[in-house]
Amino acid sequence: MSAPPVYLDAATAAPMHPVARQALLAALDDGWADPGKLYTQARRARQLLDAAREATASTLGVRADEVSFTPSGTTAAHGAVLGGLAGRRRVGTTLVHSAIEHSAVLHAAERHVGAGGTASVVPVDRLGRLDLTAWSSAVRAPGVALAALITASHEVGTVQPVAEAAAACADVGVPLYVDAAQSVGRVPLPAGWSVLTASAHKWGGPPGVGVLAVRKGARWESPWPADERESGRTPGVVNLPAVVAAAASLRAAAADAATEAARLAALVNRIRERVAAEVPDVEVVGDPVLRLPHLVTFSCLYVDGEALLHALDRRGFAVSSGSSCTSSTLRPSHVLEAMGVLSHGNVRVSLHRETTEADVERFLTELPGIVAGLRAEAGVVGL
Amino acid sequence: MPDEVIDCRGQRCPLPVIAAARRMPEVPVGTVVRVLADDPAAAVDIPAWCRMRGQEFLGAINGPEGPAYNIRRTH
Repeated sequence: MSAPPVYLDAATAAPMHPVARQALLAALDDGWADPGKLYTQARRARQLLDAAREATASTLGVRADEVSFTPSGTTAAHGAVLGGLAGRRRVGTTLVHSAIEHSAVLHAAERHVGAGGTASVVPVDRLGRLDLTAWSSAVRAPGVALAALITASHEVGTVQPVAEAAAACADVGVPLYVDAAQSVGRVPLPAGWSVLTASAHKWGGPPGVGVLAVRKGARWESPWPADERESGRTPGVVNLPAVVAAAASLRAAAADAATEAARLAALVNRIRERVAAEVPDVEVVGDPVLRLPHLVTFSCLYVDGEALLHALDRRGFAVSSGSSCTSSTLRPSHVLEAMGVLSHGNVRVSLHRETTEADVERFLTELPGIVAGLRAEAGVVGL
Repeated sequence: MPDEVIDCRGQRCPLPVIAAARRMPEVPVGTVVRVLADDPAAAVDIPAWCRMRGQEFLGAINGPEGPAYNIRRTH
């Protein structure tokens, strides 16, 4: 008996929106030429690219010339950090960032530190929420070039106090970069940032499209070798069919965002309550209220995270984990570590527009037995 | 100094936590047990286990035997 698959890892990559698929197929026919050239085919490609940029900018609430498309969300994050630091190198060489940034931001920070810069890491509380007092004093220190804050945790869903963090930055003239990968296309964006990045496959666009938005007047300088495309912010010709699909699906996702957020938040609340009530010795992590609508994380005491992922996969459930045994480095998630919560037996469930109530019910019905089975196998029942 | 030592070096999480959870109920209340564990997840998971089980986490040390975690049985 094989169960139908239930995909619950939208925070990694959401299934492609039907609008994205249609736009991608149409743009494969029409958008293959280099938009930088002067002949007819190129002009058609340029029109598609301009329209995609206008639509994306309008959803983000910025001007079209502030938006560049990158080859991935990771590239966008690298560019945001390194370019933000490069643009303010005369002011100083310190990057302030939260302890729970995405690894793309942390890897860019490591590069900066390796090149002689410094990084100042701001802690979070047990719920995964930024320590605003520590943040305010960190951005006030002399020599801060850039501050980086994720809009909401991609691992535990806790929404960050971006408006307050931005106000602290504005007080001392430090530009703020926000990684909005989990927010764009799902929830309203915070104000007060200078640089923002996002990733199309998180909102139902195709993989391989990132967005880098740099506000007018922000001190940002490309860290890459010179290239005139995309306002000089990211080198190389864009994957135009994918960009067109990304923009079309963003518009569609944003149009449904409020309705979807309400629907998914109710399902996430159900998961939080039922898991806590029906799985013994489980820690449901993240802020219970100030959270993303589509993402929930919990850890099961005494359970091996990798074994849990495989057991869920055998029952048709695709989920993610921050446990060390599931990472290539064999280190626990830096987010769970920063929060001081249990890191083994960790499961992140993230929902999307195709997730049904029945999918969630089946997951909730099967999970307690799967966890109990693994605990019985490991001989840890009753510990 | 701890009253006893559990050597979990070379074991991956959750094994060091499981070893602590097995041993703690067997020792008298007030006993300090030191868990030697070189899996980096132990640094997160042993304090978290203490919090979930209401046992006292006394702190982590990095001694000649590698990372170690002291727990006092409180109930």
